[in-house]
Amino acid sequence: MSDLQVAGNPLTVGTAIPGFSRTSDIIQQFLYNAVLYNAHRIHFDTPYATEVEGYPGLVVAGPLLGDWLHQCVELWLGDEGRLVRIQYSNRGAAYTGDQLHVGGEVTAVDPDHATATLTLWVKNDAGDTLVPAEVDIVLGERR
Amino acid sequence: MSESEDTAVDTPLVTPELLANIGRQDQPRREVVTRRDIKKYAISTGTTIPRYLSGDEAPPMFHVPLFWDVVGMDELSADGVSIDKLLPKFPLEKAMAGGLDITYHKPILPGDWLTATRTLTDIYEKRGRSGPLIFYEVVMEVRDDAGELVVTEKTTRILR
Repeated sequence: MSDLQVAGNPLTVGTAIPGFSRTSDIIQQFLYNAVLYNAHRIHFDTPYATEVEGYPGLVVAGPLLGDWLHQCVELWLGDEGRLVRIQYSNRGAAYTGDQLHVGGEVTAVDPDHATATLTLWVKNDAGDTLVPAEVDIVLGERR
Repeated sequence: MSESEDTAVDTPLVTPELLANIGRQDQPRREVVTRRDIKKYAISTGTTIPRYLSGDEAPPMFHVPLFWDVVGMDELSADGVSIDKLLPKFPLEKAMAGGLDITYHKPILPGDWLTATRTLTDIYEKRGRSGPLIFYEVVMEVRDDAGELVVTEKTTRILR
């Protein structure tokens, strides 16, 4: 029986990770890609993205969605544990203005080692999983 | 009748010449972590976590902006993308979904000097439903000046 806890709640298989819903816009795409030094025009040049590449809008940078998965885990864990490993895949595109939903649940708990595995996702309003992920955490160690 | 996943690969795209590129490394890159760069990254991600917004500690994935290739404008294609010189010329060029596998060993703090080395670790071929696919893997190791691992990142990309 696991007596691991996060935020005062028992950590068991099936525990939901709160998550958040968020929209990205052209200003965020500009700033994020500028910080990376990524000049890929599909992220901030609307006529190019739509007329030349044929996208319905500006494409949200893939690694930004990866970052949001980390934020989801760290907001939930607070200082009670740390994210050790993440595996994720950008399967589908997200566009600026899309309402995106980040969340997940606990899929395995190892009380002996104070570790757990989570399944996470970024979904759009249509319910498509754009970014599936698996995360390993360890409790009792802060980043 | 659907195409089978296990159709014999009659003409392999991944030739011995292509496989000879496995193990290739790029020039190690050494960069300093600054509070300003941490803050700029943290703000741009929309994070609400105070120790990242203040620049006291780098958020996970900070190695992405720290080691993104900085090249001259004449090295960018018309769509604004730089060519990854670690990679050989592949016979397939349309990039599909990529996967990342990142392990965090130590936190990154302002003032840290970090060195990233990337290695092309694998190239292989699979037959998908609509034709052949080439997979390749690149591992980036980030170490501090004491030689200790800070972040390990494996990227898998699929070409069709």
